[in-house]
Amino acid sequence: MQVFINQTPHELPQAATLKMAITLVQAQPPFAAAVNLVFVPNSQYEQKVLQSQDRIDIISPVTGG
Amino acid sequence: MTNTTDALVLYGETFQSRLLLGTSRYPSPQILENAVRQSQPGMLTASLRRQNVSSTDTGNRFWDLLRRLNVPVLPNTAGCHSAQEVITTAHMAREVFQTSWIKLELIGDDYTLQPDTLNLVGVASQLIKDGFKVLPYCTEDLVLCQRLVDVGCEAIMPWAAPIGTGKGPINPYALRTLRERLSVPMIVDAGLGLPSHACQVMEWGFDGVLLNTAVALAQDPAAMASAFAQATQAGRTAFLSGAMIEQQSAQASTPVLGTPFWHQT
Repeated sequence: MQVFINQTPHELPQAATLKMAITLVQAQPPFAAAVNLVFVPNSQYEQKVLQSQDRIDIISPVTGG
Repeated sequence: MTNTTDALVLYGETFQSRLLLGTSRYPSPQILENAVRQSQPGMLTASLRRQNVSSTDTGNRFWDLLRRLNVPVLPNTAGCHSAQEVITTAHMAREVFQTSWIKLELIGDDYTLQPDTLNLVGVASQLIKDGFKVLPYCTEDLVLCQRLVDVGCEAIMPWAAPIGTGKGPINPYALRTLRERLSVPMIVDAGLGLPSHACQVMEWGFDGVLLNTAVALAQDPAAMASAFAQATQAGRTAFLSGAMIEQQSAQASTPVLGTPFWHQT
């Protein structure tokens, strides 16, 4: 199935978890994740099952005002 | 600038300085670090953006710098235009930065970066229920600020002027009215361009200032950061000292009695 990770399309098997998506893109800590604009705590990455066309955001610290 | 007898207290926590500093737009990370070390701010603001998952850069240098500086971090929700974006970003920030502090930014107009005042109170209320220590970036509107306090904000951050303009306080009457009417700690956030602007609002009784661009875009950011720290403290000391009452006419400061040659010609 296709999902979007930081707006880029990626292929994952059906019933893939958020943990698999994060592993796929080799996200570098520290980061946090959201699926379809809903925050997912890192303790739930392995339980969070993705659906086709899900939009995953992986974000990291940057400078800010 | 540590002042143990007159520290800034927000949500029961004490901060070493009344200057809060942004971390963006500096010419280099080293210059940012120099500015922070020169000014010793009470908090540093930071943000979150999508990770470049295709990048070969395996580290987050900014994160390393934050840890090295060891200054409390105030994550923001910059760029959020909806309540859901703010809520999600705040929760992500709490996990990444390991802090419950959040600078609530809900933008209502991209040109002026004016906060979405109609939805700000509801979002603030939700974040407080979620356990955040919310510092809302808001306008100087008295009723808006009162509503933010009503829903549990123990401090608020009215703007002096639109972000990045450096204009200084463009509505002194409203800001001073706000200070007179509300007793919660208030930090003037955004629009300050000069140390004199910071000193001015501190003289009016505001509890702190938050700025970024005025330091980052100075020709010597570290020196300007130091100047802002000194001005902020000077304004605070002046406020506590009790200013004289302005007079309409001249009043000699040198005693008149005994003036030589008085009425001799």
